[in-house]
Amino acid sequence: MSFLELRNVSRSFGVGEAKVDALRGVDLSVEPGGFVAVMGPSGSGKSTLLTIAGSLEEPTRGEVLIDGVSLSRLSRNEKARLRRRTIGYVFQDFNLLAGLTAVENVCLPLELDGVSAKRARAIGMDALEELGLADRSNHYPDQLSGGERQRVSIARAVVGERRLVLADEPSGALDSVNGEAVMRMILSACKTGVAAVVVTHDAHLASWADRVVFLRDGCVVDQTTAPPSPESFLQPLSGLEDPSSGL
Amino acid sequence: MSIRHAILALLSTGPKYGLQLKQEFEATTGDVWPLNVGQVYTTLQRLERDGLVESDDPGSDSAHNSFLVTPSGEAELSRWLNTPPDLAAPPRDELVIKVLCALKVPGVDVTTVIQVHRRYLVELMQQWTRLKEDEADFDLSFALVVDAELFRLDSVARWLDAAESRLRRSSMEPRNESGAPLLRRRLVRWR
Repeated sequence: MSFLELRNVSRSFGVGEAKVDALRGVDLSVEPGGFVAVMGPSGSGKSTLLTIAGSLEEPTRGEVLIDGVSLSRLSRNEKARLRRRTIGYVFQDFNLLAGLTAVENVCLPLELDGVSAKRARAIGMDALEELGLADRSNHYPDQLSGGERQRVSIARAVVGERRLVLADEPSGALDSVNGEAVMRMILSACKTGVAAVVVTHDAHLASWADRVVFLRDGCVVDQTTAPPSPESFLQPLSGLEDPSSGL
Repeated sequence: MSIRHAILALLSTGPKYGLQLKQEFEATTGDVWPLNVGQVYTTLQRLERDGLVESDDPGSDSAHNSFLVTPSGEAELSRWLNTPPDLAAPPRDELVIKVLCALKVPGVDVTTVIQVHRRYLVELMQQWTRLKEDEADFDLSFALVVDAELFRLDSVARWLDAAESRLRRSSMEPRNESGAPLLRRRLVRWR
């Protein structure tokens, strides 16, 4: 069963002549452990799709289901709990709280969810250690590099029992090596069963996903088919030996 | 690709046999570009003729000879490494030509043509990225070759994005109905 499902989702802003259809009848489903990238130019509806999938915004039409439950059936408090417990967000500009250290930023959603401060800190430290940031845990965001800040925001997104990661241009401001590190981390979370949706305009980063969905003018216009396994792709590379060489 | 200079580079670490050069070349390029051993011997003979390498037994069968780089060969290698390849003229790129042609064909939706190619490029990039997933499984040379291919495909995908955006903008601009000829600039000759 899909963990995230968008059924015929539309979203309009404004009325009359000023009406803009940001999303038009979008269907999208992501299995547990699935990694989907949504590509499209500016204004294609990528970010709107993500905020609707993350219950930060209501669709004008259609339905969003998370773990089989329609968001339209949840109360405001239930949605807030879902966002705290189940969904992790990664933003282009990191959105870390400047007055909190790296580990405090990571364990904040856990503490808000009632986990004891001591336990939350231990979980936060584990998450930072996994991302190679244990020695930066007590640094404030302005004492960290861009790549380190984004790693902290990913730790915050995957910590605890999160089962869905939604990332909006997560490596937009980073160089290609740090951008790749971010995608590796999201991929590694997917390998533990987390479902992920990343929106990006960058084909290089989208290529880390299992499936790439192309959005244009609020509609899904195309998507990639499942990529072949590395083994089948490696075969022709190592099998190009020239028979005339006699070796 | 200059096999000639790649062989000089491999010989710069010490004398080697032809078969050894073939194997080292393939290892250096992450096994992505296989090399015919016959081509290695032909190239070695030409390098020897030009005084850039010398064999330990001149005049005998090159398959049994070990080769080393001469001072002239070292100078040639240094010149090659520090001289950028000629990228001044645009290559005759089939995809660019295809999009230009699609613009002229009645009833063809260029945006669809662009999307077909964009999807293909992204699928290819997914295949190369899969190879990078576990970098520990291969060496630095292979990682660099994979990066080079990914950046090459990415640049084509970016061009498609720019082309689509330019087409979209041009379709919204008023047409030139004055009859005045549009300014055209002749590009440098295609390679």
